[in-house]
Amino acid sequence: MKIELRINGESHEADVWEGESLLFALREQLGFPGSKNACEQGECGSCSVLLDGKLVCSCLVLAAQAEGHEIVTVEGLADDGRLHKVQEAFVAAGAVQCGFCTPGLVVAAADLLKRNVYPSDDDIREALSGNLCRCTGYAKIFDAVRMAAAAL
Amino acid sequence: MSETASPRLELGRVGDSTPRVDGVPKVTGEFAYSSDLQAAGMLWGHTLRSPHAHARIVSIDVSQAVGMPGVHAVLTHEDVPGEKRYGLEFPDQPVLAYERVRYFGEPVALVAAEHPEEARRAAARIQVEYEALEPVVDPERATEQDPLHPDRPTMGHGYRDDARPNIVRSLVIRHGDPEAEGDVTVSGVYEVGIQDQAFLGPESGLAVPDGEGGVDIYVATQWLHVDRDQVAPCLNLKPEQVRIHLAGVGGAFGGREDLSMQLHGALLALHTDRPVKIVYNREESFVGHIHRHPAKIWAEHRSSRDGKLVNVRVRILLDGGAYASSSTAVTSNAASFAVGPYAVDNALIESTCVYTNNPPCGAMRGFGAVQVCFAHEAQMDKLAEALDIDPIELRLLNALGPGGSLPTGQKITGTLPVADVIRRAAALDIPEQEELPRDPMRLPGGSGNTSRGEGVRRGVGFAVGFKNIGYSEGFDDYAAARVRLHKDGSAEVHCAAAEVGQGVANVILQVARTELGSTDVVLAPHTTATVDSAGSASASRMTWMASGAVRDACRAALEERERNGGKEVDVQRIYRHPRTTPLDPETGQITGERAHVAYACAAMRVVAEVDVELGLTRVVWIGTAQDVGKAVNPQAVTGQIEGGTAQGLGLALMEEIQTRDGLITNASFTDYLIPTTLDMPPVVSVLIEEAEPDAPYGVKGVGEPPTVVSTAAVVAALRAATGRELNRVPVRPDDIVGL
Repeated sequence: MKIELRINGESHEADVWEGESLLFALREQLGFPGSKNACEQGECGSCSVLLDGKLVCSCLVLAAQAEGHEIVTVEGLADDGRLHKVQEAFVAAGAVQCGFCTPGLVVAAADLLKRNVYPSDDDIREALSGNLCRCTGYAKIFDAVRMAAAAL
Repeated sequence: MSETASPRLELGRVGDSTPRVDGVPKVTGEFAYSSDLQAAGMLWGHTLRSPHAHARIVSIDVSQAVGMPGVHAVLTHEDVPGEKRYGLEFPDQPVLAYERVRYFGEPVALVAAEHPEEARRAAARIQVEYEALEPVVDPERATEQDPLHPDRPTMGHGYRDDARPNIVRSLVIRHGDPEAEGDVTVSGVYEVGIQDQAFLGPESGLAVPDGEGGVDIYVATQWLHVDRDQVAPCLNLKPEQVRIHLAGVGGAFGGREDLSMQLHGALLALHTDRPVKIVYNREESFVGHIHRHPAKIWAEHRSSRDGKLVNVRVRILLDGGAYASSSTAVTSNAASFAVGPYAVDNALIESTCVYTNNPPCGAMRGFGAVQVCFAHEAQMDKLAEALDIDPIELRLLNALGPGGSLPTGQKITGTLPVADVIRRAAALDIPEQEELPRDPMRLPGGSGNTSRGEGVRRGVGFAVGFKNIGYSEGFDDYAAARVRLHKDGSAEVHCAAAEVGQGVANVILQVARTELGSTDVVLAPHTTATVDSAGSASASRMTWMASGAVRDACRAALEERERNGGKEVDVQRIYRHPRTTPLDPETGQITGERAHVAYACAAMRVVAEVDVELGLTRVVWIGTAQDVGKAVNPQAVTGQIEGGTAQGLGLALMEEIQTRDGLITNASFTDYLIPTTLDMPPVVSVLIEEAEPDAPYGVKGVGEPPTVVSTAAVVAALRAATGRELNRVPVRPDDIVGL
C-alpha cells in the first residue's frame, strides 16, 4: 500500500506492506536509518521517535498508522546543521560509547527537557528508564541530561 | 553503499579527555552501523536454525523454498565450497550443520531473497527431518556421556591429555604443598548462571561479491583478520580474496569474537553474485552468539589463626556448550585467578570445561575471572567472619603485589597495586541512609510502589579482583599500524583495531598526535585490505597494543622522513608485548618467565538496600578504585568503569539465559533483563595511575576489572543486608526471602 508520511517537516511517499513497522519503513525505505532496531518489542527504546510530539517506539507503530501524523526522528533534532543541546551534551559528557542506544536516548532526553525544564535526577531516571544502554552504565547520560538542561 | 567517513580529530593527546571522534555522527544518527548498510541490488539473507539442542539430521529438503517469490538462493552444508568447519581457535563448528546439530539455534540452512520477510518465509518452508537425541545438559555428568565431538578437536595443543569424553580442557595447578593444613577452614559452593553480552546492536553485515571470485564483508566484529582467516578456507579462497571491513559496531563485550553472519553472508553473496545483507533480530542474536560460561565452583580456604592464607583449594567446572570457541583460554584464566589477588604458598586448583548441548559459551568481559571472583570474594568474607577479622583488613593482610607470585609460579614483575586499590576504595565516603518515608522511586521495588520501607535492610559489601591484560600462554600477540606522512605535514593512520564503542579510535589518534606533534591526523577505515592485524578488541589489550603499534609506526615514519629529506613516507610497524610461554600441562606451573603479560586490579564498595520480605533490591551507591596504569583518556576510562560495573551488577541481580533441556526460553529483552536507569546507582571512580613498565606510556587495559569485581561486591552487600549465603548469581528474590 502507498502511504505518505510527514518526517522532520517534509512529506515522503512509501510503498509498504500492511504489517510493516514505522521503524522498518523509516530505516529501509525512507532513508532515515538513525532510529535503531535493537529489540523490536518496545523494550529498549533505541527506535524512539516523536509522533505528534509524543515519544513512541517506532517498532510498535505500523507505518500505515503514522500517516497523517508529524514524525520527528533523531535526524530531525539538529536545527540547520546546529546540534540540539542534548546532542551537544551527549558528546561533551562522554555519554556515547558504541552509540547504538544514543539516537533513542537523545530523542527521549529532548522530549523530557521539552516537558520539564528542571528535571530532578529521579525525573531523569524515570524518563529514560525505557531506554536500554549496555555500554555506559548511564552515569554520563545523567551528566549529559543535566548539562543540556542547564544549557537550554 | 554508505561508509563511515574518516574521522578527523580536533584535539587531544595522551592523557586528555578528548571527546569521541565519532561522537557527533553518533548523536545525529548519521553514523553507519553494520545494520544500516545498503548496496544497489542488495538481497537479504536469513538463517534457518535448529529447533533442537541435540539431534541427528536425517534429511534436508529445500525444494519448496527454492521456488518461493523473491528467493534467489537456498544453501545447505553441501554448498560450502571449502572447509566445512571453522572456529576461533579450533575448527569444530560447522559452517552449516551436517549429520547432527549440537545446540538450539545452530545454523542449518541459508536463504537470500529480495525482502527480509520473503527470506524468513522461504526458510520456514525448508523441510529438515531431525531425529532427536538425548541432549547432554548437565555439565557434572558430561564426562560420563557419549562424546559430542568424538574427534576431540581441542586435544593435542599442549594441554593436559584428559581422556574423559566431552572435555574441552582440564587444567590442574599444583602450587607448594596442596595438602597443607591451616588453623581455620571455610568452604563453599558457588554458581554463576549464563550471562549474555546483550550488546544493543544485533549481529549484522553486508557481503559484496567483487566480481572476480572474492568478497568484501562489511561487518561489526572484534577482530577483522581472524574473521578473514576463518572465512577464507571455508569459501576455498585465498586470504587476500576475502576483505573484512569494520562497519559501525553496536557494542561487543566478547560476543563478536566468534563469527556470526560473515561466512553465511559471503556464501550467499558469492552464490547469487549480489550483495547480501544479514541482520539478526534480538531473538536470533541471543541464540546466535556465545555467552559467558556458567560455572560451578567448589572452594576451600585454609588460613592461619591470624588470617594468613595457607592453602586455597578450588575446583571449577565451566559449561562450554556445544563448540570450543575461546573456552580453553577461559578455563585457564579461571584457574589463574581462582585465588584472587592474594598471596598464598599452597594451592590446588582444578579447572575443567566441558562440551554440552547447552548454548555455546566463549568470551565475555572478564573472561573466567568474573566467575572465580564471585567465589573467592565470598570465601574471603566467610573467612573474615570465621576469624573475626575485619574483611578489609583480611584482604590487606593477604594482598598480592609486585614481587609476589601467582599459584602458577609467575612472579609479579609489573605494577599491581592491590593494597592501594583496597585502601582507596575502602576510604570512599558512603552516603548516609536516607530517612523514611521517602519517594518509592528510591526504595526497592521502585515505581512498583511495593513498600513504605518497613522491610528494607541496608548492607555494605566489598570486593577486590584482578585479571590479565593481553593474550597469554605463548600466544603470538601483536598489533600492526601503518602511518603515511604527506608532504604537507598531514598524516593518515591505518590500524585494524576494532572500534567497538570502547574508544580505541580516540586512543589511536591521541597517540598519533602525541608522537607526530601534529593535529592534522586522520584515521583511515579499519580494514584487512591496507594493514596487517591489530589483534582482537578483547582481553583488555587493545589500548596497550594499538598504542604500541601506532607509537612505533609514528616514530618510524618521522625517522624515515628525516632520512629521505622530507618526502612522503608510508611505513608499517608491528608491536609485540613481552613474550609469554605455556603452562606446564601436568602441574599448571609456568614454563618460562611468564604465562600472562600483566594484570590490572580493582576494588569496589557497594551500598545496597534489600526488601527482605519481597526479595527486591536497590543498589544505592557504588565506589571503586581501579589500577589503570596510565589513563589515555580519563573520561573514556571512567566510562568503561561505569559501564563495566553495570554489567557485573546485571549478573548479580537479574541477568541469566534460561534453558530447558538445552533450549533457550528467554531470548528477548522482555525476558532477559539488563540494568536500566532505575537499576544503576551513581558510581564514584578513583583512578590509580601507576605506569606499567612494559607498556607504551604505562597504559593498562581498563574494560574488564570493573566487571570482574562488581558482581562479587554487589552480592556481598546483599549478604550484609540479609545475612543469607547467596551463593548463586543472579540472586533471585526467592533466594533473598529464603523460599
